[in-house]
Amino acid sequence: MLEVMEVSEKVKEPITKIIRSKHELLGQENKKGQIYTDVNDIFYNSEQKPVFFTGSEVIKEAIRRCSVGTSVAYPITPQSEAAALIGELYAEGYLDEYFRGESEFAVMGQCAGASFGGHRVFTTTAGPGTLRAMENFPMWAGSRLPIQVCVTCRGVNSPLSIQPDTLEMHYLLETGMMVWHAETAQDLFDFILKGFIVAEQPDVHVPIATCCDGFFVTHTKDTVNLPDEKMTLTPYDPYRSPVTCMDMESAPIRMMRDPFVMKSNYISYATHASWQQEIKAAVERSRKHTIPLLDGLIDTINIDRKILIVGSGTAVSQSREAIRLLEEEGIEVGLVKIKTIRPFPTEEIREATANAEHIFVPEFNVAGWLAREIKAVLPDNMRVYAGPHVAGGMTMPSEVIRDEIKKVTGKTAVFMSDPMGGLQ
Amino acid sequence: MSKEKIALCEDLADIMPPEYQELVENATYGKEDRGWKDIGSSKELIEQHSLCAGCPESIAFRYILASLPNPEDTVFVGSTGCTSLVFPHVAVHNIHSLFGNQNAIASGLKRTLKARFPDVEKDVVVLAGDGATVDIGLDMTMQSWFRQEMFTTICFDNELYANTGGQESGLMQKGFVAKMAPKGKAFDKVRLVEIAKEAGCAYATMLTVSKPNRVEEVINNAVHIAREVGPTFVQLYTPCILEIGKQSMEGLDEMKDSEQIGGRFVARSYITDEAQVVVDRLKQEKKERKMAAKKLKKEMAVA
Repeated sequence: MLEVMEVSEKVKEPITKIIRSKHELLGQENKKGQIYTDVNDIFYNSEQKPVFFTGSEVIKEAIRRCSVGTSVAYPITPQSEAAALIGELYAEGYLDEYFRGESEFAVMGQCAGASFGGHRVFTTTAGPGTLRAMENFPMWAGSRLPIQVCVTCRGVNSPLSIQPDTLEMHYLLETGMMVWHAETAQDLFDFILKGFIVAEQPDVHVPIATCCDGFFVTHTKDTVNLPDEKMTLTPYDPYRSPVTCMDMESAPIRMMRDPFVMKSNYISYATHASWQQEIKAAVERSRKHTIPLLDGLIDTINIDRKILIVGSGTAVSQSREAIRLLEEEGIEVGLVKIKTIRPFPTEEIREATANAEHIFVPEFNVAGWLAREIKAVLPDNMRVYAGPHVAGGMTMPSEVIRDEIKKVTGKTAVFMSDPMGGLQ
Repeated sequence: MSKEKIALCEDLADIMPPEYQELVENATYGKEDRGWKDIGSSKELIEQHSLCAGCPESIAFRYILASLPNPEDTVFVGSTGCTSLVFPHVAVHNIHSLFGNQNAIASGLKRTLKARFPDVEKDVVVLAGDGATVDIGLDMTMQSWFRQEMFTTICFDNELYANTGGQESGLMQKGFVAKMAPKGKAFDKVRLVEIAKEAGCAYATMLTVSKPNRVEEVINNAVHIAREVGPTFVQLYTPCILEIGKQSMEGLDEMKDSEQIGGRFVARSYITDEAQVVVDRLKQEKKERKMAAKKLKKEMAVA
């Protein structure tokens, strides 16, 4: 009897993965009848119910539960549907502001203005749109704006392609933003809500790009477990920002003795350098919030095996099937799924691959940037094989991954030719 | 309005910088009918500036800040250029983000401030040079007017890229020989005031800053109309004396010459009927305040 009581007492203790919200609206109702709820309770202390939705619909459902102030939209495949669905949420009264901007460059500026003014801000973009918007991203980071942009990756090169391709993520790596890469629609839902919470921590407070592979995630239907739509995140509190909110609610202090833009002296240099170092440090500090919330920056399966696949995004999904195919032939392969590209899980990958003899990095881009990132941090990086790759316009069949692994490790004869003609 | 937001904590007052103490004691936040005449007799909202000696932009900057109807609730959005060298010294919040995106920033900002402070009038004012407004940023400038964004856009028109060393800009006069226009500019000065009118500004005007009274009136009108009616645009000629080969003392003459009949900066304005109602009301209110003050003065003298 006593034992049973102890168990039930334990059940009552809510799970807390990240510092709890102390927002004054916590527990109160918003105008849509949703209850402002702590992120710990939304994910770990309430029931999740399965739905069968497209990725775009999942983005909508995530934003419904994010207490977003402003979202700005612009059409570009494959994010247009998600951006339009957020417009429906606005029409229903879930957001304060939503409009169509005139280009991605302008949209990211409009998002910045809303964030400078104290709103939680969400937008979506893809491929050429990401590149058109690019000048804004380091500005967001340097201005410490915790904006979230969902990047539904697609090809950026000419000739025109709208097919999935993760090349644009490479351009985001040194912008000072956090960059997370969702494998599935479930990841995407979780990352969107959790991304805001991590990005808005006072000791982090940088923007976040939540990336997913266009079409594979945005346009396919998948089973996703969602918390009740009566719950929504507690709002963003702009007065917990490490920099001044631009609303004239605080003293207009003189932020710089001199504008350092034109100065060429040691103080000016040191100011610039320390500011940039602080942005990098802020991204690194996000680990301590992200690790408990995402259950680590990487996921691993059977990493004691000699052959490992290390990947991110839907390349991981294809690798899971490739591993199953290889196991049918008696070849054992383990898997490392990278969830956060920035901060990069250096130590985690080193540890996970410590015993591997072959490390394969399949990627949905021709550059192989993830392989380069991995090679840069691993000892004995001749173990890392950059491939296989596809470069937009096609999926990456699991058989291609299987055959590449067999060819390189010399396990058996090759069944399929390399679609890239051996290009690595 | 009051100075409560900038008030000093008594225990720490003596260690605050003297510039800040002066700001609390002697600035014109909250003063009704504040204007350019406060310059010199009260604490200005520009602490100092790092522009060239005699630069007309620096005096324009001071007139504008002295004329804002509500600086305690005004946020500026700037752009890259000479103006961005002054904003660190200005006692209102200012955003500098990129070159040319100022009207995009202001659009997001104004809407957010409106949503967050539904009962407070928060003015957003864009202040950028002609390169940022007309060349690299024209798309975003015009789109904000199409969308009827409720803020004021001020363009410091010095007819070239001053900060980068005097290159051709869209607002440069035709034929002017400049860097990147070695044979003289090949096309006419862009008619931005007319563009503003056609793009949906409730009030669009162009003038030089030779007459502070006029600048004060225009800025005050523009901010009020942007609150109540729609987007407003003010184009101010602030010649870059350095790049047109003038001396420090010649800025005023340059402006006066250019606004003579036949000059490039003959003052012109477009205003909608709805905006005119606001201007008329402001005039009437000012008149009534003046008369009331006069009456009070008389009564006090009698007493």
